Amino acid sequence: MKRELPLFMTAVIGLFMIVSFFVPHQWVSVPADFLQASAIIVVAFGYVLGGANVLRVNLDAIGKRERDWPYKVVLLVSLIATVAIGAVEGRGFLNPGMKSRWIYDQLYAPMSATMFALLAFFIASAAFRAFRIRTVEAALLAVAALLVMLGRVPVGNLMTGFLPEWAQLGSVQDWIMNWPQNAAKRAILIGAALGVMATGLRVILGIERSFLGGED
Amino acid sequence: MGFWGFLEGLDRRWIFLTMGILVLVPLIWPIALPLMVTPPVRGFVEAIDALPEGSTVLMACDYDPGAIPELVPMTRTAFRHLLERDMKVVVTVLWNGGPGLVDGVLHEVAQEFPDKAYGVDYINLGYKSGNEAVMVLMGQGVANAFPRDYRGQDSRTYPIMQRVSDYSSFPLLVSLSAGYPGTKEWVQQVNTRFNLPMVAGVTAVSAPEYYPYLQSGQLGGLLGGMAGAAEYEKARNEADSATKGMDAQSLGHLFVALCIILGNLVQWSRSRRPGE
Amino acid sequence: MNMTTDLGIWVSALLTLFIFSFVYKDNPFYKFAEHLFVGVSAGYWTILNFWTVIYPNLWEPLQLAFRGQGVNGDRAGMWAAEQGDYRAFLILPGVLGLLLFTRLFGKIGWMSRLSLAMIIGVYVGIKTTGFAQGDFVEQVRASLQPLWTGSLGSSFNAILFTVGLICSLLFFFFSREHKGALGVASKVGIYFLMVGFGAGYGYTVMSRISLLIGRFQFLLHDWLGIT
Repeated sequence: MKRELPLFMTAVIGLFMIVSFFVPHQWVSVPADFLQASAIIVVAFGYVLGGANVLRVNLDAIGKRERDWPYKVVLLVSLIATVAIGAVEGRGFLNPGMKSRWIYDQLYAPMSATMFALLAFFIASAAFRAFRIRTVEAALLAVAALLVMLGRVPVGNLMTGFLPEWAQLGSVQDWIMNWPQNAAKRAILIGAALGVMATGLRVILGIERSFLGGED
Repeated sequence: MGFWGFLEGLDRRWIFLTMGILVLVPLIWPIALPLMVTPPVRGFVEAIDALPEGSTVLMACDYDPGAIPELVPMTRTAFRHLLERDMKVVVTVLWNGGPGLVDGVLHEVAQEFPDKAYGVDYINLGYKSGNEAVMVLMGQGVANAFPRDYRGQDSRTYPIMQRVSDYSSFPLLVSLSAGYPGTKEWVQQVNTRFNLPMVAGVTAVSAPEYYPYLQSGQLGGLLGGMAGAAEYEKARNEADSATKGMDAQSLGHLFVALCIILGNLVQWSRSRRPGE
Repeated sequence: MNMTTDLGIWVSALLTLFIFSFVYKDNPFYKFAEHLFVGVSAGYWTILNFWTVIYPNLWEPLQLAFRGQGVNGDRAGMWAAEQGDYRAFLILPGVLGLLLFTRLFGKIGWMSRLSLAMIIGVYVGIKTTGFAQGDFVEQVRASLQPLWTGSLGSSFNAILFTVGLICSLLFFFFSREHKGALGVASKVGIYFLMVGFGAGYGYTVMSRISLLIGRFQFLLHDWLGIT
């Protein structure tokens, strides 16, 4: 029952959601609507569970005095403080002037943005150290990358401004994006769609059970 | 050691430093390289310009602070564009990290329009978890998915929401997205299922995958990355942060192109020196 | 230079520099900022989902339902549900949401599978139809274009596109060995895919550099007041 009931639920709900795409009658659309509304709520609980899990894992690490445990104290204090302040401030906790909004604007947002900004340095370093053209395919990739990279920014047209418009980097980049690149991406889209449909069928039929997790 | 040997042993932190300088300098001393507006961006502009008077537009801002430089300029320009055309705007956010950021941008632009009021001319419905389930749920009633707005008030009490039932209330969806959930899901679940015309602004990393949707007509226009945002600003005769960043973008791209070429020349020269 | 006196922006700027210090090498400032970021993110996501989803979409409707009220004021009764107004039926997702927490307790952890089963079932249904209609049917429909358009240039593009699409799709056909005609077609498909990946790489470079530009714009404009 511990595995069969969830599999049965997935199959029934999954099939019902597919049928709801085709059948507009309220006997189908209303329960489907309810299931969607329910999924939204359960997913939100999932995020709260995620926060609880971070708390549990790091409390454990601090208790065992694992490596870098003082930093985990910082993590826990900031987690608990953010939740506590948000809980006290209520529904409008992200409105301007609220402490939670300050935490979001001055801590979360800048750090989130900067973490991603580090990638710019590494992409340059990786381009120099790891981008190796050893085959025809790699050469095609590199040429396309160079043409698109330079054609997408103003300096590309500046460098090739003496050429007729169709030969300038901007136009070449445009052509690559609209035709050969588009063909490849569409093939990937269609292939991925077939894959998703097949996987969906496997999940509904109970062949794909990895979401159930471990034993029993 | 020679030049190629020197390059081969170069500490990567010199590359980091060079990248940092090449991006920093044009921000302080702009070069103002000329921009051209490309057809996908023109499609975006024309889709909004073609909206019937008094329409209510759905603007889905699905991004977080990691996409600020690319999508915040697009949001500003698009929101300004819509308000200038006297459109009503309903904003939703499906990314956890987005609501505060989006609210800040809307507030900033709204201050340029003192005659536009929150809840009457535009509303921020805030964040909802659930990804595609929210999109499909909104098809039966936008207020069903968003019973409260970003400020925590009952969304059904606002005048703008009296005009909004489901997707049939909107002639256009403007999707500004940084990944999942985002433009792809809006195309699959809303444009296809509810026949709602769409235009999109996306981060550059995901832009190539939306060209098939552009070609098929599922998207009427596409802004790709900071370059797309800058072109949109140019098309609207504005010069905001995206335009100001394009010089730095140009130098950054030139540098990465040089890294690829030099890296391969180093490799090629090493293969010609078998003894070393 | 017109440096800001806003404490919040100073905090943001310092945290930004702490994180940037990682490009030199890993250090205590970066570690501090990294752990602070994880803690604030986890806390923010938790409280956000509580106030923006659990409270308005579950708690408040249930409170109204137990008073016999709902969205539609004309209907009374805790089970008098209709589309968009599910009243006491929302107990079900509430219970399923709480069952998710059983994962934290070993012996009863299996009960969280019921919640996962419900989520997986809903999303499998939504995604299967979404991909089928939006990605498969529409993309195939859009690919059925005339190969001769009246002009040489656009006809060449249409033929190139169709050949590229078919060859790229054939590359992913692994039920037969890629030999003979299939081998040639899949080789051509690989070339098109490489062009696609190259274009993707070019756009990825643009995206990453944009992020750095954004942070520098913040430091120069908001913090230092230089630009």
